[in-house]
Amino acid sequence: MITGRREAWTGRLLLILMMAVTLLPFLSLFVTALHPSGTYPAGLAWPGDPQWGNFLRAFEAANMGALLWSSTLIVLGVVPISIVLGTMAGFAIGHLRVIGGRLVFLLFVLGLTLPFEGVITPLYYQIRDMGLLNTRWAIILPLIGLFMPFSVFWMRAHFVNMPGELSESARMDGANVWQLFRRIHVPLAMPAISSLGILLFLWTWNQFLLAIVLVDDPAKRTMSGALGAFQGQWGTDIPLLCAGSLLILTPTLVIFLVFQRHFVKALLQGSLKG
Amino acid sequence: MTPRSAHRRPAATRLRGARGLAGWLFILPALAFYTVFVLRPITLTFQYSLYDWNGIGPSTWVGLANYGKVFTDPDLFDSLVNAFQLIVFFSAIPVVLGLAIAATIRRIAASRLALVARTVLFLPQVIPLVAAGIAWSWLLASTGVVNQLLTLAGLSGVTRAWLGDFATALPAVGMIGAWVLLGLCTLLLLAGMSKIDPALYEAARLDGAGPWREFVSITVPSLRQEIAVCVTVTVIAALASFDIVYIATQGGPGNTTMVPGLQIFYLAFSEREVGTASALAMVLMLLVIACALPIQWFAKDGGK
Repeated sequence: MITGRREAWTGRLLLILMMAVTLLPFLSLFVTALHPSGTYPAGLAWPGDPQWGNFLRAFEAANMGALLWSSTLIVLGVVPISIVLGTMAGFAIGHLRVIGGRLVFLLFVLGLTLPFEGVITPLYYQIRDMGLLNTRWAIILPLIGLFMPFSVFWMRAHFVNMPGELSESARMDGANVWQLFRRIHVPLAMPAISSLGILLFLWTWNQFLLAIVLVDDPAKRTMSGALGAFQGQWGTDIPLLCAGSLLILTPTLVIFLVFQRHFVKALLQGSLKG
Repeated sequence: MTPRSAHRRPAATRLRGARGLAGWLFILPALAFYTVFVLRPITLTFQYSLYDWNGIGPSTWVGLANYGKVFTDPDLFDSLVNAFQLIVFFSAIPVVLGLAIAATIRRIAASRLALVARTVLFLPQVIPLVAAGIAWSWLLASTGVVNQLLTLAGLSGVTRAWLGDFATALPAVGMIGAWVLLGLCTLLLLAGMSKIDPALYEAARLDGAGPWREFVSITVPSLRQEIAVCVTVTVIAALASFDIVYIATQGGPGNTTMVPGLQIFYLAFSEREVGTASALAMVLMLLVIACALPIQWFAKDGGK
């Protein structure tokens, strides 16, 4: 058992090393954020006089309150609609097996790997012609469309495995298709729906490209897009930039730590299915 | 009636009507969003790619000239080459290193330390890539932590502004991507390893197989599916990279870290060459599909 024990110790050491490498950037951001603003601190060094006020200044400089509100609005626009439409389509394709459903599904699958850069140019002109540039709708509506392949794919994978007998007995009790969907299948699909919700939340909150192209006003962007603007504006004041970055990544971090079990499961399943 | 259709029949009758119009009503809203915000833009990208257009004035038909430019203009072509070089860092390092790490920590996967690690290693997946870009720009700066560590290790000779140096900027960007993706790959592979039947390993041990032999003839083949997923996700991340490069280097110094995504952005919105941008966008979309499909087939054939 000596080899086993040695293996376990090597494993532990490796894990700790990996965690250290993963945490290093966060630690560096944190330590740097405490230095007097305008200085260029050298590497990892605890400041003689930690400037906790930097976080407050960054909060004001980044207009964090407005940013949080804006990102929340965008998430509230994207996630529920994507979930409802994706679940309905996934149900029809995976469970009802609509005529021609396989073809539509193939069409959706084609969009699964689409790089957003591929469509960003026409999207800009389309959104402009719709008169939606510089509004939150410019981010919300395209994201719903862009996330649709994954949402449909994800929900279909769930519904394909639902036994047909379930629907048969409901139909015998006189339920129509909508009631069948709403009363029987949606409640049973809750685990799949909540994982999808977590992934969509994360991808919306962190969306960068659409935010910087379609919305000029950082206060109407996602958190991620606003951080880009913040870097442009305060890029020379390193401690302030670090404080701002930490503040901006805090909300996802907090939500992740609270729901970490669901997150890890959703992310692992998400990449496996995707 | 063949046995198979006899088996299928109840499924068809039970939802009579729902397979037609009623069923389609469930699909239409999703399809509408997809058509307006994805399919239409894709066809428009193709259309734009055949014209010379500055985004405002009239456009001129140029046929495939924009595509010719993508492959002959060194600035544009280099961005594609850079994207493929990034694959080494975004894919090869996370997958190979992830396999090695997962194989090493397989035995302690259920320990408390491993549970904590699961959370920690996911952090890079959760934070915005923009934040990762900012944090790493600072780590890799001339007075950053990386150089501090190198100096401590007695390697002060190699210290430099990693993202500002023509020779090291692209690998440095690649390392940021590796940092983002390593945790995800490790955990995916580890989850796959926990599904491998332990009896396989015992049999191999009895046959006198060492750890390396076990790894090559049991672990890797059983993980075909998971490896394919890791490779797909990371290759797409490399080819379609944008956020990290935009924040860390903006494509510089010179053009050394320019990637297609960023080039499209500059061409379309700064240089107002919508046609060229669209041709590059078409090439990028096709490249992603051309890379993702074979990997999927490979995974499927091996799984069955």
